[in-house]
Amino acid sequence: MLFETAAHAEPAAHGAVHAAEATHAVAGAVAALPPEGMATIVTLCVFAPIVGAAIAGFFGRRIGNIASQTVTTGLLFLSCVLGWYIFIEHTWGGMPDFTVKLLDFINIGTFQSAWSIRVDALSATMLVVVTSVSSLVHLYSWGYMAEDDSRPRFFSYLSLFTFAMLMLVTAADFMQLFFGWEGVGLASYLLIGFWYQKDSASSAAIKAFVVNRIGDFGFALGILTVYWQFGTINFHEFFAVIQNQEGKAWEFAGFYFSALDLAAFLLFIGAMGKSAQFFLHTWLPDAMEGPTPVSALIHAATMVTAGVYMVCLLSPLFEHAPQAKMIVAYIGAITAIFAASIGFTQNDIKRVIAYSTCSQLGYMFFAAGVGAYQAAMFHLFTHAFFKALLFLGAGSVIHGMHHEQDMRKMGGLYRYLPVTYAVMTIGTIAITGLGIPYTEFGFAGFFSKDAIIESAWAMHDTPQGMFAFWMGIFAALLTSFYSFRLIFMTFHGKKQWDGGHHGHPHDDHGHEDHHAHDAHAHDAHAHDAQGHAHTPHESPWIMLTPLILLAVGAVAAGFVFAPYFIGEHAHDFWGHAIYTAPTNHVMHDAHEIKEVWVKLAPLIVTLLGLALAWYYYLHRPSLPKKMAANEGPVWTFLYNKWFFDEIYQATFVKLTKWLGDVFWKIGDIKIIDGLGPNGAAWAALKSAKNLVKTQTGYVYHYAFFMFLGVVGLLTWAVIGITH
Amino acid sequence: MLPAIPNLLSIVTFAPLFGAAVIMILRALSRRDDEAVISRNAKWISLWTTLVTLALSVVLLLQFDGHNPGYQFVEHYQWFGPISYHMGVDGISILFVALTVFLMPLCIAASWTSISHRVTEYMVAFLLLETLVIGVFTSLDIFLFYIFFEGGLVPMFLIIGIWGGKDRVYAAYKFFLYTLLGSVLMLAAMLYLVTTLGTASIPEMTRLLTERPFGLDVQGFLWFAFFASFAVKMPMWPVHTWLPDAHVQAPTAGSVMLAGILLKLGGYGFIRFNLPMFPDASEMFAPLVMALSVIAVVYTSLVAFRQTDIKKLIAYSSVAHMGFVTMGIFAGNALGVQGAIYQMISHGLISGALFLCVGVIYDRWHTREIAFYGGLTKLMPHFAFVFLLFTMANVGLPGTSGFVGEITTMAGAYDWGTWVALVAASGVIFSAVYALTLYKRVMFGVVTNDELKKYPDINLREIAIFTPLIIGTILLGVYPAFVFDFTTASVDGLVNAYQAAIGG
Repeated sequence: MLFETAAHAEPAAHGAVHAAEATHAVAGAVAALPPEGMATIVTLCVFAPIVGAAIAGFFGRRIGNIASQTVTTGLLFLSCVLGWYIFIEHTWGGMPDFTVKLLDFINIGTFQSAWSIRVDALSATMLVVVTSVSSLVHLYSWGYMAEDDSRPRFFSYLSLFTFAMLMLVTAADFMQLFFGWEGVGLASYLLIGFWYQKDSASSAAIKAFVVNRIGDFGFALGILTVYWQFGTINFHEFFAVIQNQEGKAWEFAGFYFSALDLAAFLLFIGAMGKSAQFFLHTWLPDAMEGPTPVSALIHAATMVTAGVYMVCLLSPLFEHAPQAKMIVAYIGAITAIFAASIGFTQNDIKRVIAYSTCSQLGYMFFAAGVGAYQAAMFHLFTHAFFKALLFLGAGSVIHGMHHEQDMRKMGGLYRYLPVTYAVMTIGTIAITGLGIPYTEFGFAGFFSKDAIIESAWAMHDTPQGMFAFWMGIFAALLTSFYSFRLIFMTFHGKKQWDGGHHGHPHDDHGHEDHHAHDAHAHDAHAHDAQGHAHTPHESPWIMLTPLILLAVGAVAAGFVFAPYFIGEHAHDFWGHAIYTAPTNHVMHDAHEIKEVWVKLAPLIVTLLGLALAWYYYLHRPSLPKKMAANEGPVWTFLYNKWFFDEIYQATFVKLTKWLGDVFWKIGDIKIIDGLGPNGAAWAALKSAKNLVKTQTGYVYHYAFFMFLGVVGLLTWAVIGITH
Repeated sequence: MLPAIPNLLSIVTFAPLFGAAVIMILRALSRRDDEAVISRNAKWISLWTTLVTLALSVVLLLQFDGHNPGYQFVEHYQWFGPISYHMGVDGISILFVALTVFLMPLCIAASWTSISHRVTEYMVAFLLLETLVIGVFTSLDIFLFYIFFEGGLVPMFLIIGIWGGKDRVYAAYKFFLYTLLGSVLMLAAMLYLVTTLGTASIPEMTRLLTERPFGLDVQGFLWFAFFASFAVKMPMWPVHTWLPDAHVQAPTAGSVMLAGILLKLGGYGFIRFNLPMFPDASEMFAPLVMALSVIAVVYTSLVAFRQTDIKKLIAYSSVAHMGFVTMGIFAGNALGVQGAIYQMISHGLISGALFLCVGVIYDRWHTREIAFYGGLTKLMPHFAFVFLLFTMANVGLPGTSGFVGEITTMAGAYDWGTWVALVAASGVIFSAVYALTLYKRVMFGVVTNDELKKYPDINLREIAIFTPLIIGTILLGVYPAFVFDFTTASVDGLVNAYQAAIGG
């Protein structure tokens, strides 16, 4: 190693215990063969969406909109049914964990990877979440995108995304995980930039991709670190030999780290990018440039939870990496509070929900960080339903308001969009986690979020546990406040919109779109604006049906599944999918909490948040307006999202451009070319400029003679040697 | 099983030359005023010649034994002195032959309408280039190698110098000057090798040097002499500045050959000469190569980001991608070297395709200024798909071949030194920055330039050119064994010998 620090005598590099030997030891634990017929079912479940994507993508123009939509949506529902079947078989049918190997991928020496489908409790749960939300979003899009002229492309991208996400969750090694990881990134890029004629959309798409790439930079290095530490990139082999590295040091870029903590931390950087955690969160709010169904599917329910999923999947690693785990807890807790603090100053309905997502992901991470992986996964599961519901509900509002997204221009909508109002209220109650402590009565969030907060409390003797607990409580207050604020500003209070007056200068979203598309179908509503009054309208049933189904999930996902994810059946449910160290009692301790105030605290702060939202936005609505108008330092700081974008712009973006210019104009042109070809030699040629102009054949004649000369020289030399 | 064809390797190598001869003879026999007919014949003969060469190479690939690490299809005829006509391929070289013959018909097809003057000479130059490049990979005699290696530049000079853009003379000159510098040193080193070892056979030299290596000082000089020549070809930082100029001036097919094949001569040379013949020097100089490689990755990616000319941007991106290749080779392990070979093959497809993409719009609007374009997706949806796919392949999206080369070379380099992998990995961020920004500025947005509405989407000929490249990029990306099945045995042999030599 070039920069090896001499102080360390320990031979860290090449100290890896290669997995190959250890594999035999655990071979017995591999449930190698899938049950009869299951291999076909899981393969169909994962690959059905890509078939739909290919058909709609390549033949969409030929077969038309309806056919494209039918094929993609139909295949997605097939996938969904199979997904539930797999989940049910796994949970109640006694189906063992198994892996189906489909095809070799990258294989060099011990660097072995394969295209495969891994089925266990984690992947089965994700199959259900992804296919359910995706199929409902497909269906919803029939209505939401009805006026867009690129529907086949849209449905193709949605299905492509679903496929990549399914590959991600069923990966059996790091290479396929990375494939899915970047595949969902591609789909996200394509869908954020779906309305590519809008500059803001294509910029947001690039931002999402690049920020995710920063995460992937860490992720890739994490994978390589795992490989060189363990000699394998297969999860099963890797988990079997983790203990061997405990307490070892590992050299990285000249410094020595605890081997497992380093690997876990680098991988976590990937999770931070994908799940929009503090520092790498800036892309998520901008991603709202994409059509709303995309925000619901990708930027709320599924893709952004991939980071949480990865940390849970790698629980055997994180359990042996206490420092990395602590970082996960801190970053999660900070994100939970940070995003929530921004959420309550934003006025764009989608941005509020986006920050809410960011904050909820923070909850999931700190749950994992304190060792409550089951609670993290449970919140991921329930969150998928109510957050998809909130986004699609917001989409219904935007649709009904003719592409208005500013909540300040809404108000009193409950009479015009009664179904949307009802389901969004359910979603809001679910996200705020209303429920009765000590009973089984509560909406989805009550079970999962309270489990997380209680897990943090169970770890309150550690600084990160204490920190996460208080941040979690405080963020719950803010969550309740901004969530009810959204409901009150949108559906209650005075009408802030005016029927015949749609299209004020402020309506940036709808109208930018409008100019951007020449064909504009997407915004066709606005076309007939001449003097015609625009009353907000309820969305068609094809959009409301998915909303109602998700509302059922938002109500029921908690009490139906709590016993399996975090309750009495949890041990059997998770099987070997989640590993908890013998010293990790967090799930148990969380159930045994004695302190009454800890049990009651989430409910109290939620009700307080509700009361505050009521006071400020229904009782005294002039107050928040005044606050905004005053532009006090705190408000400005929050409204401008802690100035992250501005800071990044002024530092990283500027620096990159500046370095690029310096390397190019000074490095390449002045120094390298100046001293090299443009120096002595080119100056001589330049003095004979006219010669060059008249004899353009100069160069190749010269080259040819040079060649002949060299050959002649060579022949002479060889003959000289041999005689 | 196909019957064995005697001297198949020579037939593949010289088939294009034969086609070129046919074109010349036909022209000599034709009346002078039949220019249109002569041109048309020249195109068709070239296309058929390259397709037949491709078909013969497929036989070569099918009959190749991937488990045999040694040279196959060997032909050996004594000439004079130590020089002989000695041909053969192993798992390292055969894929470069395949890449060359695969790209060549596409180059001919891409030039079908864009080249209008001196068509016959153009086609002859390309066929000559094909023979010379294949020869580099198939020759096992060091002088034969040298002749092909240096000779290959002549048709390339001609292609840039005659059919290039308005600053073609400067570009060809710069290209020439750089290359010459390296060649002279390499020639001297080769002469030294032949005189000292008494053989001109590359396998024989490798064997002798494995048994009794030179002292470190001699190795060092020889290593450096070869390095000088190959580093210019790659091109490595800081001898890369000829490449953007050469690309900008070259006609589309010229760029495809330059990026797709000629750059690979450097990487091939490192694997064939530097690593096995001078292992101790390779180990000694590895830190230098690693430093230059990661500088190339970061530096040229950032430079690419600031370019205003599409072709220059892609040219700089090539330099960055070649950084992964040199990094992988001098990591000296199986992952690194296999990854490097894979990365070269993959880059041949992807950069070739990207230059063809530029060709598509250049043929229509005759400018490479990024600012001229914008919103093309609306007007050219099929082209948008093709360009997006190769943009994504270029940024190394998993599922495309671009990913496999990057991750494996990084994996190889990680073991050599973690800081190399660390810096190289940042390249994946920068590549996304420049590639997506380019795509956005050319393809996204509203069409504000009415000129853009004058021409249609890609036609069937263009689709036919892109299709094999798309299939190749995806197939290799999903099932990299298509490459590794050929390279594994030979690379393992090479790497084991290298590791044994340096005592690792």
